[in-house]
Amino acid sequence: MIHFILIQNRQGKTRLSKWYTPYEDVEKRKLSHEIHKIVNSRETKFTNFVEFRTHRIVYRRYAGLFFSVCVDPTDNELFCLEAIHLFVEVLDAYFGNVCELDLVFNFYKVYAIIDEVFLAGELMEPSKHVILQRMEFLDNLP
Amino acid sequence: MSSKLRDLIKTVRSCKTAAEERSQIAKESALIRTAMKEEDIESRQRNVAKLLYIHMLGYPTQFGQMECLKLIVSPSYADKRIGYLGLMLLLDEKQEVLLLATNCIRGDIMNPNQFIVGVSLCAFGNICSTAMARDISPEIEKVISHSNPYIRKKAALCAIRVLRKVPDLTENYIPKIKALLSERNHAVILTALTLIVEICEMDGTQIVHFKKMVPQLVRILKSLTSSGYLPEHDIGGVTDPFLQVKILRLLRILGQNDPESSDAMNDILAQVSTNTDSTKNVGNAILYECVQTIMSIESENGLKVMAINILGRFLLNRDNNIRYVALNTLSRVVNTDIQAVQRHRNTIVECLKDPDVSIRCRALDLIYSLVTESNIRVLVRELLNFLLIADAQFKSELVAKLCIVTEKYAPNKRWQIDTILRVMSIAGNFIPDEVPSNLIQLISSTPELSSYAVQKLYLALKQDITQQPLTQVGLWCIGEYGDLLVADKSQLPKDEDGLSLNVSEQAVIDIIDSIFRHATTTQATRQYSLTSLAKLSSRFSQSSLQRIKTMIDNYKQNINLELQQRACEYSTLFDFDKKSSILDRMPPIEKQEESPHIGNKNIPTQTPPQQHYNQQQQPQQQSQQQSSQFGSILDGLDSPTQSSANSGNNNNKQGGNNAMSLLEDIFGPTPTPTSNGNMNNNNNNMNNNNYGMGGMMNNNNNNNNNMGVMMNNNNNSNNNNNRSQASALLDIMGDLQLTPTPQQQQQQQQSPPPQQPLSPTSSVLQPVPQPLTFLVYQKHGLNISYECSKPQPNNLSLTNINMVITNTGSSPITNFSLQAAVPKYLKIQLLPPSSTVIPPNNSGEVTQVSKVLNSQQGQKPILLRLKLDFQINGQPFSDVPDTPLPSLF
Repeated sequence: MIHFILIQNRQGKTRLSKWYTPYEDVEKRKLSHEIHKIVNSRETKFTNFVEFRTHRIVYRRYAGLFFSVCVDPTDNELFCLEAIHLFVEVLDAYFGNVCELDLVFNFYKVYAIIDEVFLAGELMEPSKHVILQRMEFLDNLP
Repeated sequence: MSSKLRDLIKTVRSCKTAAEERSQIAKESALIRTAMKEEDIESRQRNVAKLLYIHMLGYPTQFGQMECLKLIVSPSYADKRIGYLGLMLLLDEKQEVLLLATNCIRGDIMNPNQFIVGVSLCAFGNICSTAMARDISPEIEKVISHSNPYIRKKAALCAIRVLRKVPDLTENYIPKIKALLSERNHAVILTALTLIVEICEMDGTQIVHFKKMVPQLVRILKSLTSSGYLPEHDIGGVTDPFLQVKILRLLRILGQNDPESSDAMNDILAQVSTNTDSTKNVGNAILYECVQTIMSIESENGLKVMAINILGRFLLNRDNNIRYVALNTLSRVVNTDIQAVQRHRNTIVECLKDPDVSIRCRALDLIYSLVTESNIRVLVRELLNFLLIADAQFKSELVAKLCIVTEKYAPNKRWQIDTILRVMSIAGNFIPDEVPSNLIQLISSTPELSSYAVQKLYLALKQDITQQPLTQVGLWCIGEYGDLLVADKSQLPKDEDGLSLNVSEQAVIDIIDSIFRHATTTQATRQYSLTSLAKLSSRFSQSSLQRIKTMIDNYKQNINLELQQRACEYSTLFDFDKKSSILDRMPPIEKQEESPHIGNKNIPTQTPPQQHYNQQQQPQQQSQQQSSQFGSILDGLDSPTQSSANSGNNNNKQGGNNAMSLLEDIFGPTPTPTSNGNMNNNNNNMNNNNYGMGGMMNNNNNNNNNMGVMMNNNNNSNNNNNRSQASALLDIMGDLQLTPTPQQQQQQQQSPPPQQPLSPTSSVLQPVPQPLTFLVYQKHGLNISYECSKPQPNNLSLTNINMVITNTGSSPITNFSLQAAVPKYLKIQLLPPSSTVIPPNNSGEVTQVSKVLNSQQGQKPILLRLKLDFQINGQPFSDVPDTPLPSLF
């Protein structure tokens, strides 16, 4: 299961965080900081997986943004990587060539998208089309 | 009307300094708070949105929690949407406020509007607490068969959350799951599979409910792999890889240890592993899952070979991610088919050189499991090369594992000594504590190599004396085998790579001198040095003796108590004519994992005949594990020579054939009112103490005069007064010279040695512990306290424990029973309790008496595991608490 999802920029500012396991606020800040330190220091050709405490971080960098998810060590890492990519593709299609600022100004929409892709720490919808359709529908509601 | 969210974000982003940002946020927060107070309904939605932004920046927003609750009770979808988002961001399952939302969420889940059901399910699935899961589970059970697939998939994942919180509810969901699998909607199947996997992983007994689904799963997987292009589900040319992976994962769970189900999967697994395109990440994700499934279930051998080959291909892949998962999987399957993995050994070794730490970690793990007798030389050479360049974080683990494989598979002893020496000289101070002691054990148990080892160590010391563990082993060996080191080796036959150094006594002493002077030398190493010198005094010629004496004398006033004690003791030893036999070589140290001899010792606090003096470290460095290992080595040492008390005994029985028992000379067990008993007690006392130190001499039955220089018994953490210890030591040293008069020796030989180890004078130096009362257990109103006392002042190993049981609850405790279990080194006698009913409100007490005999008194603490059974108001309780006594009571 996914314990949390972080979207951070290269400076370490957390643009978005979604927690499926409860942590104290102090702990959340510490985790974000540590994970940024780890992923930011890794070279591009390194693996996208890092063992982190008792869990594993699967991360991927898109331009200046790191998308990191923390999963159980028994989970399929390549599957997680693909799930991150699915999420980013949805963002990209929804915002139309997504950039960091889109995420800043429309954070509530990004949360809505996350909630359409993942629920309770598991992948909910594997189809990009279904998610986009749904988002469009929700936006047009009164 | 307040500003828009967009404006707030812009303002905050335009702030130049953190202080400016803080003041902006403070201003905005104040405005929002005012609006909330005025119950400004129109801007509520916007205010919460702004609060969420402020929250994301890391500012306090607790005051907004109630506002979110107000939004979710609003009938409008737009309000609910932002309200639930706020709920998810600002609250988590640990907060009480969440309970207020329970009713609202329950209502929303049953709402006819599918969008409202959607957001409420989403919030429920992400943050529900245990109490909430129990409350709302009936609603989830209803909507899991909702007509809308959009709701069904959410409900299935919400069910996971419910079951994670309350596993007892599993039974309610199992009948509903089956219907979900016959859907056409991929998302619903995916979430249903996730739910089944979760149930099976939480409780293995549930797997049986899903066995029948195997053909259905195989069918779904088959249609996915054979279907053409489906635009809706296509990712990188593969149809719904997420669903495929999930099916494979569930098949793995269902097929484990089940040949019949595994048989039904063989074909499709073969099909997936041959037909999946491995050029893209999606394909590899499926292959990776497929390989794991093949290796875990009872699959055909051909299929297993194919799976390992896929991993072999992965290993050669340029993408590090793929290599990572390959290494990861190989280390999981290495036990099933080691030969197949061995074929990829070279590739795996290459991975050690990868710059990426994730890859190196995985490769290392795998290599340890690949080592065998036949390839150890090659692999250890690679590992040693890696050790040279490894990061500090790796070193100590690497060293530990290297030592384990070396010990397990070493082709011969010399190679093993060489390898460990290399490890120690490379990894310097990253060595785990047990490595040096294991090496010493190894060297001492292979006498044919001791000359070789001491020469190697001498060379190593000449090169580098800053590596403490290496220096310590070196000093130990030089002390022990100094004569071999300086012996004239020109006469000896040389084997091909045997060493034959010609070393002068002066050079050896010079090295020890330089170790003393070196700034990085630790106190522990200095202690080794002193002991080494003392031993050398008997192995080197008279000409060196004076120099050794001077060096030891230098430490007689050292500020470090341990060094000072040692120096004083050794220097006194030089005046004592038996020293040559005392300083003789130690017998081979037997290695023993277990300590089966514990029970045989009647007076275990007596110092064992030999002490493994290399074991001692600075007390603060020592770990629990270390001390227990120390204990076991001591116990092991005990067996060949018997415990000192016993040996004294036996020597006497065998008449005068044996040489004079030195032990009796000095610590004679006769209870004559001489200082002997006192001395004996001193030793006991010191063994119990971290600072304890005493020269113990002993003669075992083989006429081997040995010396065990006993220092720093690490087993205990008794914090007795150092000062009194020091004076006790002086007493010993004083007595050392006085005691062994011939008359006394004779006396001791004639009089049968009594078993009683301690004379009454003992109380002068170590008072019998005062009776002690303390509380050990307090639960359900039941209090148990121990009143401990030593009934016999001269036998500290016997302890009386009077258990006093009271009841602070308002109802009487009935059917009370207390049983106790103890570790092997203890013997316990438990008398029945004075009553099985304990009156309430502390109005009476029940007592139960037990007697404990500690065969390791002074070394191991008394530990009781109680088993309590009792009833309060007819309701049975039971508990198994551990109740240790204060150490060394």
